[in-house]
Amino acid sequence: MMEEHLVDWSRAQFALTAIYHWLFVPLTLGLGFIIAIMETIYVKTNSDFWKKTTKFWMTLFAINFAIGVATGIIMEFEFGTNWANYSWFVGDIFGAPLAVEGILAFFMESTFFAVMFFGWDKVSKGFHLLSTWLVAIGSNLSALWILVANGWMQYPVGMTFNPDTVRNEMNNFWEVLFSPVAISKFLHTISSGYIVASLFVVGISAWYLLKRREIEFAKKSMIIGATFGLISSIFIIINGDESAHQVALKQPVKLAAMEGLYEGKKDAGIVALGILNPKKTLTNDEDTFLFELEAPYALSLLGYHDIHAFVPGLKDLVYGNEKYNIIPTSQKMAQGKIAIQALKDYKEAKRNNDLIAITKHEKILRENIKYFGYGHLNKPEDIVPPVGITFYAFHIMVALGSWFLALFALLLFFVLKKDILKYKWLLISAVASIPLGYIASEAGWIVAEVGRQPWAIQDLMPVGIAATDISSTNVKITFYMFAFLFTALLIAEIKIMLRQISIGPNGGH
Amino acid sequence: MFEELTLLQLQQYWWIIISLLGGIFGFIMFVQGGQTLFGTISKGDETLKTMLVNSLGRKWELGFTTLVLFGGALFAAFPLFYSTSFGGAYWVWMSILFCFIIQAVSYEYRKKTQNFLGQKVYESFLYINGSLGVILLGVAIATFFSGSAFSVDENNFSHWHTSLRGLEALASPFNLSLGFALFFLVRISGALYFINNIDHVIIRQRAIKSIKINMPIFLFFFSVFLFLLFTKDGFAYDTEGFVYLVEYKYLHNFLEMPIVFALFILGIIMVVVAVVVTIHFNMTCCIKTGGLGIVLTVMALFLNVGFNNTAYYPSVYDLQSSLTIQNSSGSHYTLTTMSYVSFMVPFVIAYITYVWYQMDKVKITKEEIEDPHAHNY
Repeated sequence: MMEEHLVDWSRAQFALTAIYHWLFVPLTLGLGFIIAIMETIYVKTNSDFWKKTTKFWMTLFAINFAIGVATGIIMEFEFGTNWANYSWFVGDIFGAPLAVEGILAFFMESTFFAVMFFGWDKVSKGFHLLSTWLVAIGSNLSALWILVANGWMQYPVGMTFNPDTVRNEMNNFWEVLFSPVAISKFLHTISSGYIVASLFVVGISAWYLLKRREIEFAKKSMIIGATFGLISSIFIIINGDESAHQVALKQPVKLAAMEGLYEGKKDAGIVALGILNPKKTLTNDEDTFLFELEAPYALSLLGYHDIHAFVPGLKDLVYGNEKYNIIPTSQKMAQGKIAIQALKDYKEAKRNNDLIAITKHEKILRENIKYFGYGHLNKPEDIVPPVGITFYAFHIMVALGSWFLALFALLLFFVLKKDILKYKWLLISAVASIPLGYIASEAGWIVAEVGRQPWAIQDLMPVGIAATDISSTNVKITFYMFAFLFTALLIAEIKIMLRQISIGPNGGH
Repeated sequence: MFEELTLLQLQQYWWIIISLLGGIFGFIMFVQGGQTLFGTISKGDETLKTMLVNSLGRKWELGFTTLVLFGGALFAAFPLFYSTSFGGAYWVWMSILFCFIIQAVSYEYRKKTQNFLGQKVYESFLYINGSLGVILLGVAIATFFSGSAFSVDENNFSHWHTSLRGLEALASPFNLSLGFALFFLVRISGALYFINNIDHVIIRQRAIKSIKINMPIFLFFFSVFLFLLFTKDGFAYDTEGFVYLVEYKYLHNFLEMPIVFALFILGIIMVVVAVVVTIHFNMTCCIKTGGLGIVLTVMALFLNVGFNNTAYYPSVYDLQSSLTIQNSSGSHYTLTTMSYVSFMVPFVIAYITYVWYQMDKVKITKEEIEDPHAHNY
């Protein structure tokens, strides 16, 4: 195990980069398609209005795109700089999607990005439109590959452990690519990006309507944004259900933390609204909530698609539950330690060229490898992620997601059927929902990543041994460097965006 | 098809791809080189500077993407290098990353109103990226030949043995010579690119003048690098993987791999020809010849250090921890899978070439830049 201080700083640095990265990427994922739809209308109608509209949103896209790219490159290299042991342990699998992402997605995005912005008078209309669609598709393809990699970290499949190289090696690429966790993660994440982009478009359009400026532009943009947002919101509810189901099956500890569920139960309900009791721990009998409002049966239904299903709580998962065949973590730790010892013995036998011992220790290793990571934990309670952060992040995400669905439906109805200019409260709500979209999206990532702690690779590698062997001072310095730089760039982006919005699609005329 | 190749053949295939990517990245760095010429060529004329910035601004992402792909390919194909070098030479790589982040936003933000940091700051970001970023990259690549102080334990976890975490490489004249050679080389390719991409007499004249200044300096540093490279001991390994030092190893590698040596010589000749033809015959298309020359030269250097039983990432702390294409690679399955993905590379190159041609068939002009409806950087 590394010094705890170092691991915390490495986690903080990666979290900082990921959070900043995710401030910019969701907008790119969705706005790319919204722009492509607008340009398609332009090409179909040959209307100058739609060309201007497309160009306006494209300018905002470009301002946002640059920092997304910058923070993205940091994340790729931080796997090596800050998580060197991890890089080796899983590089044979994890590196592949990153390389594919580079070949199939990044080049498409960056090549056609230049045409999208500078090719208006240089290439044909059709080729320009194709380029816009390819930029949108490229950014989403990029998300696919990185989320396949992330999905694998949450649910490692398609590999075997090689004791000679001491790493996991891929043996089934398709299993990695089509892992149910990876697929549901991809769909859930990109649709959250579409919602952020839709909120951005309807929010800015609403601002123009409140200011009584660019009325036609704002209304038409709002129709496209709200339609795209509404479809995405319905889709995210469907795939969110599948995401929760996958979490229940593959990461039950995360599900228990998401719901603040300490004692497992059948017919489990979802806490629709609740305040956690800060005094509650795994080992005391305090009430879990100071206040709660529960939707009965919903957790059993959501997690296992059966309203009567038993949902294990944190105590069941840490201390075991014989009735439901849940192994206590202490037993997994014991098996993990056996695996670690077997690996050492295997290596010793290899050095001595003792064939009988090699076979024996390899067999023991294979029997216990499933819990390899548990062997590095200090106590069973270590498998519990920060419950408060996970719980609140999950509930914020769900609550805001429900609000967005309602907002898009209302906006679409009022912009199509009523004089939306009269409904100031709705327009103000749309403007105020722009930051809420980002909050919901970041909360989703917090659930996914904080909820799987302490694992870098679920069950196989805790973050404690994944980090680079380096003094924490180095990581601390780079943490502050990046925090300073990213914040400065974020301020720059916001100021430029606000200025461009205030100029408007007609250049202020 | 690839399944039938041996692990060694796949490792060699992937080292060739890494070398090619390294070569392409060397070429694409004309963007960085050009960024250091804004002041020299524009001489304070804002319109000229905007033309230069716009010319490069349409290509900067290709460099970024190539760097990402280079990193991703190394991660997938040679993960032990990824964990050892990036985790070990922490400060060199972090500094390089820092230099690249500031580039990404500078083109888009430089001229925008309310850009918070001001135009000059973004221009200095571009200069830092083009100078420090390139020199550091050159230094990092030079450690492929000169080695670093690391060890790899029995779990293949790596440990670095100097507290400077990679910055110690800056104290080596050998490493610095490659860093500076690369810096002046990309300035030359940047100038060649401007000559090709911008239709403006003054810019062309000043670009040619800058080539005349940068070429001899490049040749000096490159000659120093080559002299030190060909006279130094190299890191060889035997069939058991035992690493040992061999006199004049890198010179021998070229002599024992004549095709690689030929690529190297051809690459250098192409760069020299591109420069001579540009200066003496006022040709504008020499970025192609020079660019291909850079690709071949850099590629040949990577092939030199990776092939012929050479440890491409040597350890000066523990010789036996040195990385070779055999002990640091991905598994047979992963390399095979990745090899199928590599079939996409020609298609990618084809559409990049097509788009490049479409976008550049009309040169950048002053009128285009001054058009109020133009999307300018």
